[in-house]
Amino acid sequence: MSVEQVVAQGAEHIAVHGMDWTTKELFTYPNEFIYWSIQIVMYPYMTGLVAGAFVLSSLYHVFGQKDLKTIARFSLVFSLALLPVAMMPLLLHLQQPLRNMNVMLTPHFTSAIAAFGIVFSTYAAIVLTEIWFVYRVFFVDQVNALKGKEGTRDRFMYYLYLVLTLGAFDTGDAAVAKDKKAVTIMAGIGIPVACFLHGYAGFIFGSVKANALWMSPLIPVIFIMSAIVSGIALCMLTYIIIMEWKKWSAIIAKGKGDETVQLIAGAELDVITKTSRYLLGFMVAAITLELLDLIFRGYTAMKSWDILRSVMYGKDFVNIFVLQYGLGNLVPFLMLLIPGTTIRRVFFATILVLFGVFMMRWNVVIGGQAFSLSFAGYMHYHLPIIPHNLETYKEGLFGALTVIATPFVLFWIINKVTPSLEYKFNNE
Amino acid sequence: MSCSRRDLLKNTFKTTLAATLPLSAFKMLSPAEVKAYTGDSSIRWVFLVDTRKCVGCGLCVKACKNENEIPWDPPISRTWVERYVLMRNGRAHIDSPMAGRDGFTDSKIRENEIPPDQISKGFFVPKLCNQCEKPTCVQVCPVGATYQTQDGIVLVDRTWCIGCGYCIMACPYGMRFFHPVYKVAEKCTFCYHRIKKGMKTACVQNCPFGARRIGNMKNPNDPVTKLIMNERVAVLKDEYGTKPQVYYIGLDTNVR
Repeated sequence: MSVEQVVAQGAEHIAVHGMDWTTKELFTYPNEFIYWSIQIVMYPYMTGLVAGAFVLSSLYHVFGQKDLKTIARFSLVFSLALLPVAMMPLLLHLQQPLRNMNVMLTPHFTSAIAAFGIVFSTYAAIVLTEIWFVYRVFFVDQVNALKGKEGTRDRFMYYLYLVLTLGAFDTGDAAVAKDKKAVTIMAGIGIPVACFLHGYAGFIFGSVKANALWMSPLIPVIFIMSAIVSGIALCMLTYIIIMEWKKWSAIIAKGKGDETVQLIAGAELDVITKTSRYLLGFMVAAITLELLDLIFRGYTAMKSWDILRSVMYGKDFVNIFVLQYGLGNLVPFLMLLIPGTTIRRVFFATILVLFGVFMMRWNVVIGGQAFSLSFAGYMHYHLPIIPHNLETYKEGLFGALTVIATPFVLFWIINKVTPSLEYKFNNE
Repeated sequence: MSCSRRDLLKNTFKTTLAATLPLSAFKMLSPAEVKAYTGDSSIRWVFLVDTRKCVGCGLCVKACKNENEIPWDPPISRTWVERYVLMRNGRAHIDSPMAGRDGFTDSKIRENEIPPDQISKGFFVPKLCNQCEKPTCVQVCPVGATYQTQDGIVLVDRTWCIGCGYCIMACPYGMRFFHPVYKVAEKCTFCYHRIKKGMKTACVQNCPFGARRIGNMKNPNDPVTKLIMNERVAVLKDEYGTKPQVYYIGLDTNVR
């Protein structure tokens, strides 16, 4: 459509990107709007969850943290379910989503975003390889069990598992030992790559020298730490929900006093107590770095500090200090620290942790655009709730909810092929 | 024919070695590099703004919007004019309603009456793309859709831009925006289609007071070059290290 045609249709058809959800205060440049909105908040959030879930599983596979054995397999499969979702916000945000492949076709390597395709596919390859080695014996077992069975579903699953074995049917001790070694190696390579994937998401922001809030070498490290925090919290939360569901279905089927119920409940509390120690450790690291960044900015008080201070301590005070640091960090920190852990307490604590990390992403991405480049005015972001066109859907509440819901749907599907929630493992 | 492992390795090594030299003659070019060969290397376009001559009539913004097909009603613009009113108490009132398109005919700033007896000074500052020597917008484009020509102008390839907005975020001057119709990054090009043919930019052509001028920095006899070399000129936000190429005469310390 040419400009004349659009103009002929009347001005109401001309939607300036960002105008729908931006209000301005005092002096801002005419072209300034909140260009990076909710989906760019979702992007580091989802990548962080991927990286965090993977690191959690690697703690067992590489460092032999036996206490994480049960949750390791689950978090590995969950990180696979989260993988495609790390790309989704970007696709929903692009003005020309159909040209997304240009990043792979002509990567312009002076740009931090250009490496995304490469880093991301490397990471995906590692996750897939590791899962394959973890589940190879299982695949072979399934092929043997389903061999000769009738019925469409069984035939389909038979062929699916047959393809998934990739022709490697050896389940002898030597072969299984090799599998284990390969898992360790892949998990070992995976940790730095996962950290790189996310630290690099931080670099995308930290390297924008025009933005006074983002420009900091600490941002990538802060992003990695909070990523691991959110990843562990999400794995714990999902694990609790699924185990509770299993417990309740066991109670309904067999009665409250049954042995299975006790077994599930015991295993669940054990896993959760141990995992929450790691969560606490990474939370301390993340908060320390964030506070260091804040103190440093205040102390050096560069030209931009006046406007940053008015945003942080004024306009965004509730978002930063009440919701992020208070409700999202301090409260769950105390909840996890108090002795006598219960599942219910951890359940609410992990929700708060996830909320806190989300608010941190929000305060970085939206907060970084809350002030004008002229340092003489402010911009406010109003999240579109009810979409009235494609753009306000994509970059509004419902777009974000779509992104949040997808990994759970994917996990449900993937888990049908590679079950990761059995509470008794034999072959690992 | 039999081939031992040793032979295989040997031959592989030889072939690789032999292929390296001719293959190294080829070079992978990004679209940005290819496009960068547009332009004339004997030219370096620069801009000179004399803020003392600007009266804030907005004709430059009008001309630019018409010339470059920037939708009229939205507040976005490739160029704009800012009004600064500095008070005796040190406060600064700054505005640029509709990018200054309709001129500054109202003495109110954002509905506030400014008491004239308390004003210490007031002036207008036209803004446009600085066509930086080291443009951050080009640096951060993930697909190489924005590039710098040999004569120093930063352009956007509308057929290749993915619309990620990274360049918009990276520009310290807030020059860039999304074109509402083409849905790609948009910016001032010094009217590249005009200056290439020896014409002036639309804003220069339409400035009745000669506040805006364009010249070739590589030509020492260019009147604009002479002014930049001889007068005391300043640039905007040089702390970002982008080496902006729009020079200002009479720039005030309050200008953002």
